[in-house]
Amino acid sequence: MSKDIRIKRGLSLRLEGEAEKELVKAPRSKTYAIKPPDFHTVVPKMVVKEGAKLLAGDEIFYSKYTDQIRFTTPVSGVLKEIKRGDKRKILEIIIEADAEDAYRDFGKLDASKAEAVDVKERILESGCGAFIIQRPYDIVADPKDTPKAIFISAVSTAPLAADKGFIIKDKVDAFQEGINALRKLTPGKVHLSVDDSSAEYLKNIQGVELHHVSGAHPAGNVGVQIHKLDPINRGERVWTVGVEDVAIIGNLFLTGEYRAERTIAVTGSEASDRKYYQGIIGANVADLIGQASDNVRIISGDVLTGTQLSNNQYVGFLDNEVTLIPEGNNYRIFGWLPFTYNNIHSNSKTSLSWLFPKRKFAPTTNLNGEERALVVTGEMEEVLPMDIYPMQLIKACMAGDIEKMENLGIYEVAPEDFALVEYVNTSKIEIQEVIRLGLDLMITEVG
Amino acid sequence: MEWIRQRLDKIREPFNKGQKLEKYAPAINALDTFLFTPNHTTKKGAHIRDAVDLKRTMITVVLALVPALIFGMWNGGYQYYSQLGESFTTLDAFLHGAMKILPMVAVSYGVGLGIEFAFAIFRGHEVNEGYLVTGLLIPMIMPIDIPLWMVALSVVFAVLIGKEAFGGTGMNILNPALTARAFAFFAYPTFMSGNTVWVSNAYEVDAVSGETILGTLASGSDVSYSAMNMFSGVIPGSIAETSVICILAGALLLVLTKVGSWRIILSAFIGAAVMGLIFNALPSLGIEGNALTNFPWYLHLIVGGLAFGIVFMATDPVSAAQTMKGKWIYGFLIGFLSVMIRVFNPAYPEGVMLGILLMNVFAPTIDHYVIQANINRRKKRLKSANPQVETA
Repeated sequence: MSKDIRIKRGLSLRLEGEAEKELVKAPRSKTYAIKPPDFHTVVPKMVVKEGAKLLAGDEIFYSKYTDQIRFTTPVSGVLKEIKRGDKRKILEIIIEADAEDAYRDFGKLDASKAEAVDVKERILESGCGAFIIQRPYDIVADPKDTPKAIFISAVSTAPLAADKGFIIKDKVDAFQEGINALRKLTPGKVHLSVDDSSAEYLKNIQGVELHHVSGAHPAGNVGVQIHKLDPINRGERVWTVGVEDVAIIGNLFLTGEYRAERTIAVTGSEASDRKYYQGIIGANVADLIGQASDNVRIISGDVLTGTQLSNNQYVGFLDNEVTLIPEGNNYRIFGWLPFTYNNIHSNSKTSLSWLFPKRKFAPTTNLNGEERALVVTGEMEEVLPMDIYPMQLIKACMAGDIEKMENLGIYEVAPEDFALVEYVNTSKIEIQEVIRLGLDLMITEVG
Repeated sequence: MEWIRQRLDKIREPFNKGQKLEKYAPAINALDTFLFTPNHTTKKGAHIRDAVDLKRTMITVVLALVPALIFGMWNGGYQYYSQLGESFTTLDAFLHGAMKILPMVAVSYGVGLGIEFAFAIFRGHEVNEGYLVTGLLIPMIMPIDIPLWMVALSVVFAVLIGKEAFGGTGMNILNPALTARAFAFFAYPTFMSGNTVWVSNAYEVDAVSGETILGTLASGSDVSYSAMNMFSGVIPGSIAETSVICILAGALLLVLTKVGSWRIILSAFIGAAVMGLIFNALPSLGIEGNALTNFPWYLHLIVGGLAFGIVFMATDPVSAAQTMKGKWIYGFLIGFLSVMIRVFNPAYPEGVMLGILLMNVFAPTIDHYVIQANINRRKKRLKSANPQVETA
């Protein structure tokens, strides 16, 4: 039984620099990288050394405390460098790519007929386990758990986010096979939510509960959809998988190979060639956008949840966008005057930007103020369409009050669900970080 | 602009990190950020941020206060000259009031900001903007003739005990401006109530008839003002509380900008009206009321400090209830209790100050029960949930 979701509370930011719906092949990067920090809480344990010759799909490291989760290389080539940071923490594992990929052969397998154990093992050994994210906590799923349901969101509402329908349109067969595989992993349902764009391609997918989602951001966030469809209770596990990642899993079963294809939308007001690029996971950002100048911020992901890259760094594992926006390290005289600087978007009515609902904004990275204690109430609820008291939960996280966090619904949220809350916050508190630290505390205390 | 910026950067050099005067950086930062929104960029989390900040929010409240303040200045002069029986122009009246009120504002800001700066330096955090509003509110709710040193002392009490003792802006339980007024009210009652304090330089007048309407009612006399007088505000009272028109203009700005909660404002007026209606209904139940109970309910809404308190102080987000449902309850009870105190306790002719302070104390309790409902929903759901199945 499908349940349609209509989100009323939220905020769809209209920004300049949307990518054109034109898919081009990304130039092949010389080097690709897997970045262990992309996988929160995973402590990498290397299985290969620098200089090792690898096929696409060969294991390069596994998670030290959950050794079933394995991570594989997206391209074939030579492991060039393991880049380390403070305390020898591994930051990037750089692979020098061959001119053409050679794949490790896992063997074909018909997911719909295979045993669940075999399906799970295949997903894990190929490294596709890294695509499966667990809620609560928003971390790579532990294969030992059985999730009560799996959620896939093919809805893009984040500012300048890649259009999920456009990404998946040529991969529907692989997507279907991926669904067949994922169905084996849960005794519950596989939920697929679609918007107008993705419904066109995904409406005939078999074996899923199809939900139509409409409304403002964060309607597309899988966390919001879970909250509306089947909220997570204490002790429960739910898994989520990205749309394109389902297709990668599907391809694994169809071809027996780990084809880590990633479509990346280059967006943002500072990007020159705003298109969709068909490439491979872990590509060097310079091959997509060239060298950006100092006053441009390169973001892997969208403007609300992405991570900052410098030139020649690598696109994040799960990211479908590279966004370029201007840095905002400039002063504004009397910036605090109400009803001035209306070219900067504000959800608050103390700016007149709301008078131009059609206008597209080109925001900079300026904080537009300084950090203060939380004073204003009511603004957070406007952009969080969940039955959760955001300010109270944030304060519980700050205080590290586990019981209160649990009571107020910490299991149902991920940092990305609070991205808009952070955006509109008058006091400029780093709310996504607060929620992340709160979740981390829950992991160590409750698990 | 570029020139000012360069001068500023030069001035603040000794305050930068690692320099001699680093400790005093919050003070120079406060002045700097008053001129310029800083060049800080996002370091983690969302890469873009809303244009609003606390300075802008607080300045919006200050703007909303301006009509009532200007009217208060004029009314101060008007009350004085009309008691004196002299002829005067609008400008005369305004100037007379301004001469009385501006020093109070200056004292309030000077003393209050001095303490705020000292605490910011002592605690090593930035100066919060909250006092921009509090500092203007305090003189606006005082009688016009109150000595400046009493204003200063009230400010000290409000900022130290009412706010900083709890951790500063955002942490206080009571509204600081009302804390200041309550302090003055109980410490210097002869300067805060009676029938002479509401007219400036009352000693110059032989026979002052400057009692507030509520004071008149409490003493059982007849009121000589029309409803229109009460609504427009040409009546004696605390400096800025009299003109409902100007207060509503401010309320409109607060509600339109969403800086003030329309829920609290609306529900508080409803609460006051309900209480007024109940008292008005007493005669029909066979109970003979007094002048206060029989005072029409709609007039209760426009006399005294009720409107001012509801619009500018009940809506203080820090001391008010924080949840949506909580705001309805909180607002309603403020209105309800204010009128109740007026009627039942003639020693405090105006009940709104105590009504708001009382509800400030209870706001966390209201929120607690509203949030508990949410928690109970979650717990109920947990009971009917499937337990986790462990498999290989």
